[in-house]
Amino acid sequence: MKPTVLDSLNQGLLAALQADPAVHLLGEDILDPYGGAFKVTRGCSTAFPDRVIPTPISEAGLAGVTAGMALRGLKPVLEIMFGDFTTLLADQLINHISKFRWMYNDSVSLPLVIRTPMGGRRGYGPTHSQSLEKLFLGVPGLTVLAPANFSIGEDSPGRLLKNTILNTDSPVLFIENKLQYLQPLLTLEELSDFDVDVRYDPGDTHQQFPFYVLRIKGAPQASISISAYGYSAEMARQAQLKLAFEEEIFCELIVPTRLSPFALQPLVDSVSRTGRVLLVEEGTRSLGWGAEVAALLAEALGDKLKQVKRLAALETPVPAAVSLEKVMLPQQEDIENLLRKMSAQNA
Amino acid sequence: MTLEEEYLRDMLRIRRFEETVLEEFKRGVFSGTTHTSLGQEANAVGVIRQMLADDIILTNHRCHGHFLAYGGDMRALFAELMGRQTGVCAGRGGSQHIHWKNLYSNGVQGGIVPIAVGMALAEKQKKSEAAVTVFIGDGTFGEGVIYEAFNMASLWSAPLLIVVENNHIAQTTPTDFALAGDMRMRFQAFGIPALELDTSDVMEIAGNAFQLMREVHEDYSPRTLILNTQRFGPHSKGDDTRPEEVVALLKEQRDPITLMEKRLPSVSVSTLRAEVEQEVKAAFKTALADPAANMEGRA
Repeated sequence: MKPTVLDSLNQGLLAALQADPAVHLLGEDILDPYGGAFKVTRGCSTAFPDRVIPTPISEAGLAGVTAGMALRGLKPVLEIMFGDFTTLLADQLINHISKFRWMYNDSVSLPLVIRTPMGGRRGYGPTHSQSLEKLFLGVPGLTVLAPANFSIGEDSPGRLLKNTILNTDSPVLFIENKLQYLQPLLTLEELSDFDVDVRYDPGDTHQQFPFYVLRIKGAPQASISISAYGYSAEMARQAQLKLAFEEEIFCELIVPTRLSPFALQPLVDSVSRTGRVLLVEEGTRSLGWGAEVAALLAEALGDKLKQVKRLAALETPVPAAVSLEKVMLPQQEDIENLLRKMSAQNA
Repeated sequence: MTLEEEYLRDMLRIRRFEETVLEEFKRGVFSGTTHTSLGQEANAVGVIRQMLADDIILTNHRCHGHFLAYGGDMRALFAELMGRQTGVCAGRGGSQHIHWKNLYSNGVQGGIVPIAVGMALAEKQKKSEAAVTVFIGDGTFGEGVIYEAFNMASLWSAPLLIVVENNHIAQTTPTDFALAGDMRMRFQAFGIPALELDTSDVMEIAGNAFQLMREVHEDYSPRTLILNTQRFGPHSKGDDTRPEEVVALLKEQRDPITLMEKRLPSVSVSTLRAEVEQEVKAAFKTALADPAANMEGRA
């Protein structure tokens, strides 16, 4: 069986625990044999029983506990079972964790990672399906990451997680996605229809947060850029592939892994070539990631930017019924339809 | 200097610092807001003087007394409140957000308590033998996260001393309007032994804090010290809704400094007062002349 994103993240956690005795995992139901609600921590408590700590259902308190551990030299990793529960962390994330370093005049560091799965499409309904990361984007002092399902060279979701745990000196919210967990890791072999570039924002001086730039191999210059992260990026890739082969609409896909701090030079570069961009996200549409990306592109590119489209969830809670959820959340067909329209307008 | 004299000196430093802050606020020397520890000096000195060198303090919006009792520099605290580059956090934090050595404060109620638990667990995990003291007030009992923290502190045997300074009023709301049930029994419910005192006597607080601190260190488990105390000043700058005669009576009956001064020879009291006066004046003057905080290389 091909390794999945879940396997990769699991290996990343184990490798981080192995590499540094300061690493500790905390979370609800993370002990073996259960290994966490989505199994990302499976095997960890068996291999490192002293450093994998099962917790009460106390998300707000746990965020504080990890902050205290990080301020005193440990490297805690907290699993929040569903991303929806990050609302319970808001005070810690916004008024404590993200502020300490700066407001204490850079006299402390907080090497901590809070991991959580966002996303719907599993019928879990309004409080177990949301993509709430936009609430935490743009919080000074907080880094928000979202792994991509690629395994290229040394890069993989697990490596991003492991390196973040081991090397960060400031707090990180690591956004996983429930459907992404079971996706196979895509290597260059599986991506043989694509030319894949791994690029970095110039501000990312240690090149920790890759951007994946995917172009259809042998295709003419792309006329539209697409950007998306997490599971939406995989839907966008499928749409990109389908339209290229079936309709000769050629797009360039840019997948960032760092959502905040907000720095997207590789995307700016792409749109400066194509002039058109489609932004796809699973969270609700207004005041979200796509809105900020659009503003950034407009500022950076001026009248070189000809067209921006956003595809995001409708402005309702995520419904439980499969038929409703399908309408509420962006689908691959929606991406294809929008790309067709944009292409037609371009012609 | 005897221990009693040292404690009096430490309380006087807090008293005169805080009085200076309130006086000078009116003249516009300080900006923003501030919360003074007037009347509560014995809590800070009595508890913090029992801490070992590597121990850790988590404190709250009313943190000046804790900082000074911990040995923090008076000029740096004045400077922080004035927004000077020489402040404890170079002007970034202000009155409620300071960090120096092993003292950390923050201005949101409750959130520091789980952080204190995490620090205590980290020290335990590192086998450092350091313990953590967290100061909260009666008003903090309205915040849910503290109960999560009490549960985890007890569950995981965190070396943590929880000090409750119950000054019976949260901003303008009397505790009776905000707190149901019994404060001490809350801790008992979590299996955390809690001792309650009703005193302004720094020596009594010190003796009990010493014992509890020793238990925390030796048993590697949490304890609570509830200190019934009185706040002589406003919540922040000028928001005291209590009648003047009520506050005057509190000062008459519950002043930890008056109590201590009565026990000491008047000559040593006047010497200490003069020394502290000079220190406060010099610290204030120096801070006032310090350069304003700037953002160079800090964004």
